[in-house]
Amino acid sequence: MKILLSWLNEYGEFADPGDAAAVQRLADTMTALGLAVEEVRHVGGTVDGVITAQVKRLERHPDAAKVQRVWVDAGDGAERHVWCGAFNMHVGDVVPLATLGTSMPDGRLIERRGILGIDSEGMLCAGDELALVDESAERGILILPADAPLGVPYGEVLGLQPDVLFDLDLTRNRPDCWGYIGVARDVAARMGIELRLPAPTIEFGGEPRTAPVDLVDGERCGRFTSTVISGVRIAPSAPWMQQRLTAAGMRPISNVVDVSNYVMLELNQPTHAYDLDTLGGGGFRIRAARDGETIVTLDGAERTLTPADILICDAHDAPIGVGGVMGGLDTEITDATTSVALEAAWFRSLPVMQTASRLGLRSEASARYERGVDPYITHTAVARFVELLRETCPELVVHPTTVDATGPGLPPQERSCQVRITEVNRILGTSLVADDLPRLLDPIGFTVSGSGDVRTVALPSWRPDSDSEIDVIEEVARHIGYDAVGKTVPRSTVHGGLSVHQQRRRRLREVLLGLGITEAMPNPFLAPDTLAKADLDGPAIRITNPLVDDESVLRTSLRPGLLRAIAFNESHRRTGARLFEIGHVYPPGTGELPDEHEALCVVLAGDEAPAAIAVWREIAAALGAGARIDQGRVPAGLHATRSATLQAGKDPLGAVGEIDPAVLRRFGVDERVAIIEVRLDELLAREPKPAVWKSVSRHPSSDLDLAFALADDVPAEKLEKAVRQGAGALLVAIDLFDIYRGPGVGEGRRSLAYRIRLQAPDRSLTDSDIADVRRAAVAAAAKFGAELRG
Amino acid sequence: MIDDITAAKDAALAEVERADSLDAIVALEPRLLGKKGSLGSLKAQLGSLSSVDDKKVAGQALNEATQAVESALSARRDSLGDAALAALVAHERLDLTESAGRPTRGHAHLVTQAWERLEDVFIGLGFQVAEGPEVETDWHNFEALNMGEGHPARGEFDTLFVDYAPPGGTAGRTVLRTHTSPVQIRTMLTAEPPIYIVAPGRVFRRDTPDATHMPVFHQIEGLVVDRHITLADLAGTIEAFTKAFFGPGFTSRLRPSYFPFTEPSAEFDIQRPDGSWLELGGCGMVHPNVLRAGGIDPDEWSGFAFGFGIDRMAVMRHQVADLRDMYADDLRFAEQF
Repeated sequence: MKILLSWLNEYGEFADPGDAAAVQRLADTMTALGLAVEEVRHVGGTVDGVITAQVKRLERHPDAAKVQRVWVDAGDGAERHVWCGAFNMHVGDVVPLATLGTSMPDGRLIERRGILGIDSEGMLCAGDELALVDESAERGILILPADAPLGVPYGEVLGLQPDVLFDLDLTRNRPDCWGYIGVARDVAARMGIELRLPAPTIEFGGEPRTAPVDLVDGERCGRFTSTVISGVRIAPSAPWMQQRLTAAGMRPISNVVDVSNYVMLELNQPTHAYDLDTLGGGGFRIRAARDGETIVTLDGAERTLTPADILICDAHDAPIGVGGVMGGLDTEITDATTSVALEAAWFRSLPVMQTASRLGLRSEASARYERGVDPYITHTAVARFVELLRETCPELVVHPTTVDATGPGLPPQERSCQVRITEVNRILGTSLVADDLPRLLDPIGFTVSGSGDVRTVALPSWRPDSDSEIDVIEEVARHIGYDAVGKTVPRSTVHGGLSVHQQRRRRLREVLLGLGITEAMPNPFLAPDTLAKADLDGPAIRITNPLVDDESVLRTSLRPGLLRAIAFNESHRRTGARLFEIGHVYPPGTGELPDEHEALCVVLAGDEAPAAIAVWREIAAALGAGARIDQGRVPAGLHATRSATLQAGKDPLGAVGEIDPAVLRRFGVDERVAIIEVRLDELLAREPKPAVWKSVSRHPSSDLDLAFALADDVPAEKLEKAVRQGAGALLVAIDLFDIYRGPGVGEGRRSLAYRIRLQAPDRSLTDSDIADVRRAAVAAAAKFGAELRG
Repeated sequence: MIDDITAAKDAALAEVERADSLDAIVALEPRLLGKKGSLGSLKAQLGSLSSVDDKKVAGQALNEATQAVESALSARRDSLGDAALAALVAHERLDLTESAGRPTRGHAHLVTQAWERLEDVFIGLGFQVAEGPEVETDWHNFEALNMGEGHPARGEFDTLFVDYAPPGGTAGRTVLRTHTSPVQIRTMLTAEPPIYIVAPGRVFRRDTPDATHMPVFHQIEGLVVDRHITLADLAGTIEAFTKAFFGPGFTSRLRPSYFPFTEPSAEFDIQRPDGSWLELGGCGMVHPNVLRAGGIDPDEWSGFAFGFGIDRMAVMRHQVADLRDMYADDLRFAEQF
């Protein structure tokens, strides 16, 4: 909402537009009331030193194509020479001349400046150089009226008055401020300024003549008033009104349209004037539109309607307007109009919003009805309309009497709620007394009555957002000022901190970062074919209103996003990307919500499966987690002979290995990619019990090296487990230190060499201890077909 | 005999002096002090002396000579050892600036960095951290937050809907959460007051990506419900956060605004040390209807809530000009931070 200060001053002495400090105070007050001032624009000001001058001669210079030479007379009869880059003026035109020493709004100082050795004694000005608001003006030098005196400030000629335009960003709960009087009422109350509201009355005259109203849809159109006005003469509206409407961003059209717009801006009540001569049957019928019914609106477009739309019809049931949105073309007033039927109505906000949204037709009226219009201001609006139109139509007759049709949808005029001063103080932290309430609330129409600690507060009809005690408490807060409430810090009565899951998630992230893996955050929305490309078939959730089809599927795995990230980095010659993501995946489920859960995915481009195993072992060690590497179950999309399921108890915890080369090809990834995927809801859920101290033996340890030949299809893990068990209590560490395939081991077998460190807690080991361990380990290994080598 | 001892000692000392390596010392030791060495062999001759006095004198001289040679050997060994270490140190010089390659560390995402810094500030103020699902019910995302069916404010969220419907439930009632506020409801429904939580998380809007908007972004939400929580407590908490997160030179203000789920509602702005203002987020006293939806009696408890963008904290801190860069997963971007 744009508020012109000179207009606002109609309703009280708010600020002198020339008093910068007062203007700033006003802006700050509006912001502090919740009417956020987005911009304060000084308009209508003049630039000192710019005077009127007449063009005497024009001449092109052969060496300067982009400028011309101009000689002007600034009223003293002398010719002054200026260079000028515009070519729109002619000899005899009166133009603004910035004389030497003038400081322009953009900060330029006008100095004697030469081009091609010829000085310029000033500058001719374009409208925008003088910060004039009129953006429709032609480009080029501003041409002033030809009869303007010369040598006088250009502002005098243009009738410029310094003014201020505030751009307010209004919140949804303040529909009243879509009219000047709403802003004025709020600000006047806060600043202690006397409020002067228009109080027009209608003087009916002439023969009784009405435009009857058949209010069929009284639920959604709670009130529809019609008033017959004759003696109308269509003409331009008064210059002052045109100026104000222009400043508010509205194009002046004619007295009737302009007055309607002016009343809307002032009182936030849209009105619509129908030409009575073209109004079928001379009356109105307001009903729900029929499915498929059409109307050509004022903007010339044909609109197809549904029963969700409120339709204004004439007395013959022919559509003449979309209720609350826009009038029809057929009953538009024309230059020949002499009698009008004036509509001032109240519509429920939701149907207007839905209609305007579905038709893609947002008008000034619909914008206001959507937010909420005062249902009890129609009579004032009609009176104000008449009062203002009379200025240009002195012969105007308002026929008795206004038809006021109301329906069950009309909100009650008298609404109130109880307000406890204890509750005000409990919520705000203030120490107000009940007697403070009238002072704060009465000026904004929340009239306080009663006595004691619980007061009755009447809720004004222009504040449809307010209906309960908490709404009134907000008004109290706004009018004492949020700053005045003070700042206290509550003493938290709980113990702050991260949950176990959150702490473990941070530890997991630290481990991964320490391993040189960088965190990625790919888009969780996938294209419809992306999961299939990754061999991750299975159901996925779709977005029903995606921005683009390529981002319409919710991921069920973090893998595709990271593969795309690797491909992207490869395309920028960044191979060997090591990336991880901790994020949610959203497979469908069977509950109220999908089976959404948190997951980890690590991808190591250019690495093979053992690198992934190594990273997994670090993670498992850091988090005190364990999982069996089950190579017998290869997860979908992974390399068939280099991948395994991570199995924790009976449940799969994740996957580890390499990406299937076919998947890599489909994602355009050139390197091998090692991968770990883990469900984090399980992994991070519980902190393992703290490790229990074991004494460190003071006795010497001995190492025993054993190399076994083992068939390739028997997991090394099984051999290691067997050796461990065989070695028994004396084993303190076992380390696979060499793997060998080749001559001497046999086809389909490999040699696995372990170093086993043995130690007793209470004694030095003897040779026979070591021999026993060796025998037991070899025997245990033999059960898997492992043969001791050499 | 004494003369022989003296001569042998002098010869041995001279040999020790001539030894020029630790190996030479090792070789010399048995030759000088062993049974068959020059002094050792003299020791064998002691028995052939006839007089006890002679034996005693010669024995003492021999002991002295042996000790002198031992100590000379030890001194020579030490000095040669020191020299050898010095030579080794001199020899193994490295130019430390010519080192190639180094262990590389991974880089946490900028959002994570901002997220954790924010969490830590609020933990310091006594808050716990709550989380919730990103795919939400219409009820949690809107209705419980005082935005019933048809509430005009719903239109401002540019909601993304999904085709998920619970078994037996209706379609069109599941959304990608448009804000972290549903976590308020979930927390109130599962925890008894007092509640002091922040809820950081991923949120979604149907916004075309540009330099300052992404359809997927992150917010942090705060909720306090306790006895006697006031608007002044909200202003004070925002102020405490401002100073802790941005620095002691920063301050904050609340100005009236509107959100369906709080009343009174406010925007909170941060004032930089240079006096300029920055709009940061929204906040307010939890609306009684929202407390009721969370199963909390608004006559017994009161509370406040606030929320703002995490992504914006990240791009502001590092002056990232385009939000899209932060989500490109480009290592050339990630490695800068």
